[in-house]
Amino acid sequence: MNLWQSILEALESLAANKMRSGLTILGIVIGVAAVIAMLAVGTGAQDTITGSISGIGTNLLFVFRSRDDSIRNPKPLTLGDADAIADPFQAPSVEAVAPILDGSATISYGGEMTRATLDGVTPAYFSVRNYTVVEGDYITEEHILGRASVALVGPELADTLFGRHDGITGETIRIEGQPFRVIGVLEAKGGGMMGSQDNVALVPFSTAQTRLLRRSPQDRVDVIFVQAVSADLVSQAANEIADILRTRHRTPIGADDFTVFSQEDFVQTAETITGVLTIFLGGIAGISLLVGGIGIMNIMLVSVTERTREIGLRKALGARKRDILIQFLTESSLLSMIGGLVGILVGWGIATLVEVIAANSGTPFATSIGLDAVLLATIFSAAVGLFFGIYPANRAANLEPVEALRYE
Amino acid sequence: MEDWVITAENLTKVYKMGEVEVHALRGVSLKIKRGEVVAIMGPSGSGKSTIMNILGCLDRPTSGEYILDGEVVQSLNDDQLADIRNRKVGFVFQSFNLLPRQTSLANVELPLRYAGMTSGRKERARASLEAVGLGDRMLHRPTELSGGQQQRVAIARALVNNPAIIMADEPTGNLDSKVGQEIMDLLLGLNRDKGTTLILVTHDPKIGAQAQRTIRLIDGLVEDGA
Repeated sequence: MNLWQSILEALESLAANKMRSGLTILGIVIGVAAVIAMLAVGTGAQDTITGSISGIGTNLLFVFRSRDDSIRNPKPLTLGDADAIADPFQAPSVEAVAPILDGSATISYGGEMTRATLDGVTPAYFSVRNYTVVEGDYITEEHILGRASVALVGPELADTLFGRHDGITGETIRIEGQPFRVIGVLEAKGGGMMGSQDNVALVPFSTAQTRLLRRSPQDRVDVIFVQAVSADLVSQAANEIADILRTRHRTPIGADDFTVFSQEDFVQTAETITGVLTIFLGGIAGISLLVGGIGIMNIMLVSVTERTREIGLRKALGARKRDILIQFLTESSLLSMIGGLVGILVGWGIATLVEVIAANSGTPFATSIGLDAVLLATIFSAAVGLFFGIYPANRAANLEPVEALRYE
Repeated sequence: MEDWVITAENLTKVYKMGEVEVHALRGVSLKIKRGEVVAIMGPSGSGKSTIMNILGCLDRPTSGEYILDGEVVQSLNDDQLADIRNRKVGFVFQSFNLLPRQTSLANVELPLRYAGMTSGRKERARASLEAVGLGDRMLHRPTELSGGQQQRVAIARALVNNPAIIMADEPTGNLDSKVGQEIMDLLLGLNRDKGTTLILVTHDPKIGAQAQRTIRLIDGLVEDGA
């Protein structure tokens, strides 16, 4: 019996029970669609997150205070630390250093009032973070020296306060009740890891330090952004920074009171998290595929029982075990493969739907269906059909012809 | 020397029903000549069906020797038995046993497919259907055929591989007497024209009377005719 003939015959017998075959296929469709959609969304999330991390800047390192409670006498990061890191003799791999004060504040204009991220920054911040202004000027050294009451606003904050994000340079807003002149508007960065990066106001570091985000000791900083000279030198720069801070903080070996994190570390962490999430979601989706497979087994067992006489007849006419086995395996594999193909389409539809919903809710998000996911789903669903078909098919093949012919 | 197509020596068959052993055959010996028409008769429980299953290679005897068309059958495995059935035995059943969703042609082709024949199947199946007078019903499905026509399709299917024997189990049992006689005439005509050995398993004396010889079974033993 050739393959084509077997497939035709299997299709005929599946078509004889359209409702039953359709429902069995539906089980596989749901399973495969779920797997495909979950993998697509997971991969999309990964791409989006790593993309937004890369958008923060290039060759970037982040220096935080350590959150490890077991370290005794932790010292905060200070402006002095930032200056030391900026010293080209101590840290030749460092290109630029931007210490910031990071907090939030109530900002108002006219009758509008909102809460936004408030960062005190130095001029280096803009180059380190790849920030550009779409109108107006950057914060300069003069603003720092004069503790000027000036601010740059993000486009989302501008929209909230002014209802527009252009032509607002020169307006006066109030941050924590104090008047600040708007000197420019930042370009849109889109959503980031920690909420929108556009609902933000930037003020000169010294202004924030003395009037808005007071810290103790006074020269304390929250985060130091460091840009390495090149991508190759990121890890070397991290070592230099660590050496400098260990010396300055006089920390015992192995008990750093600070953390140096590179962009690459962030990307890797994000990839690990989204990877685990994808596997988790895919695994749950895989369970539904398994349930679909059990559906196939169930229906094939019913089919074998119903067709006992037919099997007996075929054996009487000379069908060997293998012929019967192939006949039933072809049917179960066809069920699962049709389900797999439809499931891939449905899964693709779901992924597209997620994309549209995400775009409409303001967080553009590109799902991606890799060839690997499609192959995985196809092979897996065919394997499900074969695996769950083997038991019923074997049962059919091992029927005794005499008994099977006598079966009513 | 006679040309025996079937030689059976001392066949026994024991079924185990739980603890009880049922002796369906207690030592049956019989011989059938090539081209002969033989009826196997007996009341129910006489071992009639059992001997038919064994002679048709659907089942193996518990002991004894059975040679069909030169092949020693009792020691073959399942697949080898399937192969013997395919090549040497044509079955005609009381309830026709056609595949309901397949055309007459496809039903008749089925044994050729299991024989591994890849080309010329349609031609052989067509010729076989013409031989039973159904040349104009090739693409009809069983539901579109009368009982007599369905049994003719079954006979065409039994003939298509040129078997050594045709094993007909109550071939007229589901037909009225007129159509039944037509089927008998067809089977006897095929025996006359092609020399196919015909074994009729029946309890109907009118059918048995049309055979050249009748083998009577009672209680798992041959009463006479072997």
